[in-house]
Amino acid sequence: MNWNLFVTELSAGITHGCVYALIALGYSMVYGILKLLNFAHGDIYMVGAYIGLGIITVFGGATNVHVNVVLMLFLMFAAAMLGGGLLGVMIERFAYRRLRTAPRIAPLITALGVSFFLENSAQLILGAQQQSYNSFSWPSSPIALNGFGLPAQVRVSYAQVIVVAGTIILVIALTYFVQRTQTGKAMRAVSFDREAAAMMGIDVDRVIVVTFFIGSALAGAAGVFNSIAYQQVFPTMGFQAGLFAFTAAVVGGIGNLPGSVLGGLLIGLAEAFSIGYISSTFSQAIVFAILIAVMLVRPSGLLGRAAVQKV
Amino acid sequence: MDGERDQPQVGVDEWVASHAERREQRTGLVGRVQDELERLPRPAFYLAFGVAAAFLPVFTSNGYIVRVGFDTLLYMLLALGLNITVGYAGILDLGYVAFYGFGAFGYAMLASPQFGLHWDTLFIIPVVVVATAILGLLVALPSRRLVGDYLAIVTLFFLQFFVTVYQNGNSVSFFGLTRHLNITGGPNGIPNVDNFDLGGLKISSLKGYFYAALITFILVLFVVYLVDRSRTGRAWKSLREDSLAAELMGIPVNRLKLVAFAFGAAIAGLTGTLFAALNTAVFSADFDVPTVIIIYAMLILGGAGTIGGVIIGALVVNVSLEVLRTPGHATWIFYVLVTATLLVKIRPWRWLVIVLGGTIGFGYAAHAIISSIWPSSVGGQTSVGGGLGTFLHGWVLHPKNPMMVGNVTFVILVLAILALTLLQGWQRRLAMIPTLCLAAFVWENRLVVEPSITRLILLGVILIVLMNARPQGLLGSARVEIV
Repeated sequence: MNWNLFVTELSAGITHGCVYALIALGYSMVYGILKLLNFAHGDIYMVGAYIGLGIITVFGGATNVHVNVVLMLFLMFAAAMLGGGLLGVMIERFAYRRLRTAPRIAPLITALGVSFFLENSAQLILGAQQQSYNSFSWPSSPIALNGFGLPAQVRVSYAQVIVVAGTIILVIALTYFVQRTQTGKAMRAVSFDREAAAMMGIDVDRVIVVTFFIGSALAGAAGVFNSIAYQQVFPTMGFQAGLFAFTAAVVGGIGNLPGSVLGGLLIGLAEAFSIGYISSTFSQAIVFAILIAVMLVRPSGLLGRAAVQKV
Repeated sequence: MDGERDQPQVGVDEWVASHAERREQRTGLVGRVQDELERLPRPAFYLAFGVAAAFLPVFTSNGYIVRVGFDTLLYMLLALGLNITVGYAGILDLGYVAFYGFGAFGYAMLASPQFGLHWDTLFIIPVVVVATAILGLLVALPSRRLVGDYLAIVTLFFLQFFVTVYQNGNSVSFFGLTRHLNITGGPNGIPNVDNFDLGGLKISSLKGYFYAALITFILVLFVVYLVDRSRTGRAWKSLREDSLAAELMGIPVNRLKLVAFAFGAAIAGLTGTLFAALNTAVFSADFDVPTVIIIYAMLILGGAGTIGGVIIGALVVNVSLEVLRTPGHATWIFYVLVTATLLVKIRPWRWLVIVLGGTIGFGYAAHAIISSIWPSSVGGQTSVGGGLGTFLHGWVLHPKNPMMVGNVTFVILVLAILALTLLQGWQRRLAMIPTLCLAAFVWENRLVVEPSITRLILLGVILIVLMNARPQGLLGSARVEIV
């Protein structure tokens, strides 16, 4: 058995999986509260990646960064999360809020329009070509190349370590927020029954805004994570990532936060192993097959509960 | 009388009341003509449209115009098919274009040197249509038990998967082995597709295809019209409105959803054969997400669920997209549309004067001040010549290097328009003045330079704005929910 290939794909799968997990969390949170598939979520991820690129450019460009790298990473994440979060809140306020009571199909079409608008605006402003983070150096060579040695001559780059560690921190922070804070409690209540929550005095609008902010901030962070590990940024990057993250959310059970993380890791691993062992062009087809299989066998997802339709 | 009307009246249906009121107001010649037109059966309108369209190639020998007419007919066919799935049955099918592509590739494979097959057209078309319908069934089956939202994303994923297959179908790499199985021609597509040959009647000219598309369209239109009024059509609409209630009435909801999905797919497949036969080559790039958005914009603009609205939506969207290709024409369209919207929307009249006059004055003032501070801000080119060009040159700033400033102002414009929706009354009208000037600036310096992206941005905007402001489309009448 070729252990080198196996471990390489394993580490690539976990890295990608973390990115999908972060996007899937936002998908899942918004779906849990509004029962809305936010197609624009993948594009928020794209915007986050570009904000990170902007910070790199501000500090002297990829090759000669003139500040401490740790400080810069912090700034990149702070800016991408803030920017992504604000974008999400704006989308909710201006595109979705009026449609909360409209027939189900109206917000879906709007979400499609928002996604298309963001993608093409990015193409207008930033150009259609791929741009590269061309990773900054830490300590001396690019962090996407430099790293630790693993068994079987595999190297794990610092960038991958940052992605995995960062994801774990964000997921723990999110879990704490949702389980332990008052706003988190309100969020769970609204997701459980919006009307009843409103009658109990919960400000539903505020909870929805907070949900969009947090979900979109996670997507923005995912954009930076993906780009420091894989470097390429382009306006349509959000489309496929959004589809895969949605699959992850469905596989884990949409509306269920631990499920989204699990689903994200599974999809990342499935993608990496199918690229390594089966076919690189059709890795997408394999993820699609997983989606279909889950929907046939366990429509509520691995960790989800079967939805009971209330009348 | 007025006081009585304001009172809640038990037992009086609000919609019926307002409808009767609208009918009462129709007096004079226009009202009588409207009443008479309403009494005409719908098929008369379709026939009139068909006759009018049939004269298009007679009046013009310009190949480009006939080609746009042909494309518009194809879009109308596609929009009709999607109207069944989305407009009648209320299923969001985002992979619709994959079926269109399947039809086109199906025809191309069975009638080209690709596999050395040259089947009879009259045989291929039914085969392709049935195959597309079956494919539609297969796609819809796994998600039939789930909420409608899942189907939307499954179909979107399916479309992306299909595009990958079209693009990489020339060599398959599996478990490290690469096989050069040329199925879809990969990025080069399938060339040298045969022309239509309808039992000896060969169609090879553009005009011929225009008539073929027109006849197909009229036939499909009548089929859809009949289905619309049939038991099945009524059942579709009932499950769109409330699938739970429909199920309680004994309507087989799942089966009807599958039928609607397959029916829409079959129309797309049929349209694909026409597309492949005229172009004599098929490429995967024609069947991707932007095409889906275009068809949705047509459907939404005209009003999903109405046949006439769909036809008008396809006509308006496709013709405007064509016009937007040329910067000079696009600029005219832009200013005429903006002015027309202001004329229709702003009342009372004095506000119209204030807004229009204010916009022109503000533009000149800003132009005078900024150009005296930075002389380089007027060195650029206008997008259009003639009188309008001269006016724009004096009114809107045209910097020498508009790229960067155009990008920044584009973002500011989007934010300004969003802020405008938050304002009310006189504040909104006053805020409109600088926003309109800003819009003109962004249009002149950035949007008109990149017509291909501007088209797509506008399509996205159509979807968002219409869904928020007029979900029933420009022509449809709002459904009133009676509780």
